[in-house]
Amino acid sequence: MAKRVGIEVSIAIAEAVKLAQAEVVAAYPITPQTHIVEHLSELVADGELDAEFIPVESEHAALSTCCGSVAAGARTYTATSSQGLMLMSEVLYVASGMRLPIVMTVANRALSAPISIWNDHQDIMTQRDCGWIQTFAENGQEAVDLTLHAFRVAEDRKVSLPMIVNIDGFTLSHVIEPIELPDQADVDRYLPPFKPKYKLDPKKPISMGPVGIPEVYTEARMAHDQAIKNAKRWIIKAWDEFEEVFGRRYNPVEEYRTEDAEIVLVTMGSISETAMTAVDKMRDEGKKVGLLKIRLWRPFPGPEFRKAAKGAKVLAVVDRTLAPGASSGPVGEELRTVFYKVPGAPKIFNFIAGLGGRDVTVERFEEMVDKAASYAKKRPKELYEVIGVREK
Amino acid sequence: MAVQDAIIGWKTITHGCHVLEPGSTRHFKTGDWRSMRPVVDKEKCIKCGMCYIFCPDMCYSQTEEGYYEANMDYCKGCGICANECPKDAITMVPEEEE
Repeated sequence: MAKRVGIEVSIAIAEAVKLAQAEVVAAYPITPQTHIVEHLSELVADGELDAEFIPVESEHAALSTCCGSVAAGARTYTATSSQGLMLMSEVLYVASGMRLPIVMTVANRALSAPISIWNDHQDIMTQRDCGWIQTFAENGQEAVDLTLHAFRVAEDRKVSLPMIVNIDGFTLSHVIEPIELPDQADVDRYLPPFKPKYKLDPKKPISMGPVGIPEVYTEARMAHDQAIKNAKRWIIKAWDEFEEVFGRRYNPVEEYRTEDAEIVLVTMGSISETAMTAVDKMRDEGKKVGLLKIRLWRPFPGPEFRKAAKGAKVLAVVDRTLAPGASSGPVGEELRTVFYKVPGAPKIFNFIAGLGGRDVTVERFEEMVDKAASYAKKRPKELYEVIGVREK
Repeated sequence: MAVQDAIIGWKTITHGCHVLEPGSTRHFKTGDWRSMRPVVDKEKCIKCGMCYIFCPDMCYSQTEEGYYEANMDYCKGCGICANECPKDAITMVPEEEE
């Protein structure tokens, strides 16, 4: 039987990587991701995980090393955060364009300047278009489960794309939670050995990463776009299989008390847990409020979201990113696009909250719901609003 | 095969744009954008092979009579051969001229 233990989420993620029997881990430590790779290096050093742990001189090197190892056919894992993800940026696009199924945890953290080690989603949103499949975990159990799911999906020959599991820095990474670590036998049943369609093999030489002249570049990008869109069905199928093996169910968009809800909050990541408490409180007060949690961010599950939001009159969309000079936050923009000219579409209001580790409390969610309700009657001047910013 | 002949669509492009056939560049003729071409004056040529040695595209080869001839499928018209020729036997001629 799988054991339910009190464990730091970072350590639990490292244990999940061990259960997945990753063969190569190349990583560089950065707060708040450090504990994940620190624990993996211990597991390798102690002989508990039969893998190569490659300490590198930077995140750019970490992901480059991962590209090489996965191209050679090894199950490969890395993790990073914030400035480290920025340094990886170039190689993120290389890995996805070359269809190399690396699995990476990003412990989401704010970006400098000013320097902040605390949690928000600004790091990952700069890499929104990097062509990786991206999921968001809400709690420690999900962080573990989505890590196993990521290996299952990324390495599937029908997908063959790298995958990022986003976990909120500190809020998840450094918190001790009760987590059920699956049995090795169940993981082995769920996750077949990695057998890539193409790999670097001297007996059968191929070239990876050639130049894409103007005559083929557009076609290569189109093929990548179609591959990640097509991946959605395999992502969902891998969640179906996950439920069969482990008994826990995951969906691209998770609904919470959305039945007859008129105002629906939209969140990603760990603030969803506080949002649920806020929804419960408002429901107790007789307000018709619900919550939609986006689990799958790329490819964006547009039809699933429209279906889940059916009946809602107003969406209060929370972004944990401020995109200076943009029309609104990335999640807000995405949903406005998804509902553009859809008959009966809800009114969408975008709130920027929880930047650089500032807590998004139950009261803040109530404020957003109240504001969205009033904006539905009288249109606000701006397309987004920064919640809790001091006006002085 | 010229580049245009190799054009594939997004459905037929290889996985990750990988090149699955080793040495496949030999299928491509790459000299079609040349603006100048080298013309050898056999009266001046002493068959020393300096053009063959210096050509960065290795497009020179020796003929049966011992002269050196540039392969126009690969020559880019850079003029290094003309510059290095000790007898000034090579002249760069604009492509539009006969």
